[in-house]
Amino acid sequence: MIITKKKEPSLILEYLDGRKKVYLFGCNSCAEQCQTGGKRELDEMTVILRENGKEITGTSLIDETCYKMLVKKEFKANEAIMSSDAILVLACGAGVKTVAEIAENSTPVFPALDSLFLASVERYGRFFEGCSLCGECILGSTAGICPHTLCPKGLLNGPCGGVINGRCEVNIENNCVWVDIFRRLKAQDRLNVLKKIHPPKDYSNGVKPRKVILERKKTRA
Amino acid sequence: MNSLKQSLISKRFTITAEICPPKGTDTSGFLDKARLLKGQIDAANVTDNQRAVMRLSSLACSLLLLREGIDPVFQMTCRDRNRLAIQSDIMGAWVLGIRNILALTGDHVSFGDHRNAKAVFDLDSVQLVQTISKLNEGNNINDKPLKGGTDLFIGAVVAPGAEPWEPEMIKFEKKIEAGARFFQTQAIYDMERFQKFFEYARQFDIKILGGILLLKSAKMANFLNTNVPGVDVPKRLIEELESSKDQLEKGIEIAARQLKELNSFCHGAHIMAIGQEESVVRIIEKAKSVSSAKTPGN
Repeated sequence: MIITKKKEPSLILEYLDGRKKVYLFGCNSCAEQCQTGGKRELDEMTVILRENGKEITGTSLIDETCYKMLVKKEFKANEAIMSSDAILVLACGAGVKTVAEIAENSTPVFPALDSLFLASVERYGRFFEGCSLCGECILGSTAGICPHTLCPKGLLNGPCGGVINGRCEVNIENNCVWVDIFRRLKAQDRLNVLKKIHPPKDYSNGVKPRKVILERKKTRA
Repeated sequence: MNSLKQSLISKRFTITAEICPPKGTDTSGFLDKARLLKGQIDAANVTDNQRAVMRLSSLACSLLLLREGIDPVFQMTCRDRNRLAIQSDIMGAWVLGIRNILALTGDHVSFGDHRNAKAVFDLDSVQLVQTISKLNEGNNINDKPLKGGTDLFIGAVVAPGAEPWEPEMIKFEKKIEAGARFFQTQAIYDMERFQKFFEYARQFDIKILGGILLLKSAKMANFLNTNVPGVDVPKRLIEELESSKDQLEKGIEIAARQLKELNSFCHGAHIMAIGQEESVVRIIEKAKSVSSAKTPGN
């Protein structure tokens, strides 16, 4: 899940300065779960903007705002979107980008959220970063715990000198991820994995912008 | 000139100390400290933006030491440079005459004076040691031959007091496998535990310089205990400091005692006196004066 947080209303009002008619997009997936872009947040944003003299031309809660076809359909079905002075998107950066792509050169699109990280969900409302989407997964040799993501220094060959009784000196609330990896591998009798020198990361796997285009499989009649 | 390597190979008890570059371009204080240490120690470590606080470059200050006739240990962390900058700085150090390098991970930027900076960590300390080994073989990190390589004496660090110890030990052995030939340790206060570590480390073809951190006061000792990983100043030392009129003087005495103890079994000592470099000379002198039978290590 993509975790987002709300931007300060003052910053959003700055974006919208000089623009009266505003259309709102929310996202019924990740942002809804994060309580940043669901039905309730669209209503809250409507109230805030109205209090500040804006006219809300409409709101759309898209199932996945990062899905271009869904957003496009909404644009077609709803003329109010393009006749607005601004579009505010309560979704992650991918959602904002998708809406902006469709609005293209006409109506300016603004983000209402900051996108934070890719999380595993402990339970509702408790999100923890687990993966950096680096393009070179090493979890097979780190007991399913990503040091590239969870170690503040992203170290690949074991703990630094900053371990305090198994905890991380950068944030003492956290276990040292390398101590966690060590313990799990030891329990699995796989410490030999840890003893191998891990080579430097290949950042060429993460050159931006990244894309994946699946080949269309021919379906037999 | 490589007095550090020669000293360690000749099995003499070897002493290094740490000098911190200035926060600016006025090098007079740095040079004064260096001149005090000249002839007293075998080599001087030059810290690299220690504790993530921006200072004059460790490479430049290593060269200044070299000009003063002091063998520098050029400290390099992984925090501030990517693999391109790392390799070119290492080769740069070599062509300038620097012969020793100490590879470290580096403190996180969140401890320093530039907390909004991007922490690099393109390599980690094991990979850094490996990279220097490759440069020593005349190749770059991608195993492509260079027009002239380096022949640096590679050092790394270890914290014999790390808790838990096993992950630290695995990393220590990786550093050796990667090519580290000497180790400077985190400050030692538990000499018995350190001696055990030393016995275990004897199986490797490496030299170890035990870390001595000058305790300037009881307050500092307490600070170390709560804030510095892998350092555990025993209560009796804190009490010894507290009960003395001149705590710095007592700290020097304790350090001298440790130096003498290390001299009885270890390859050498690395003295860290953070900002009190002038005390290093006194520690060494004091250790000599309290010495009885001088038994070199090895």
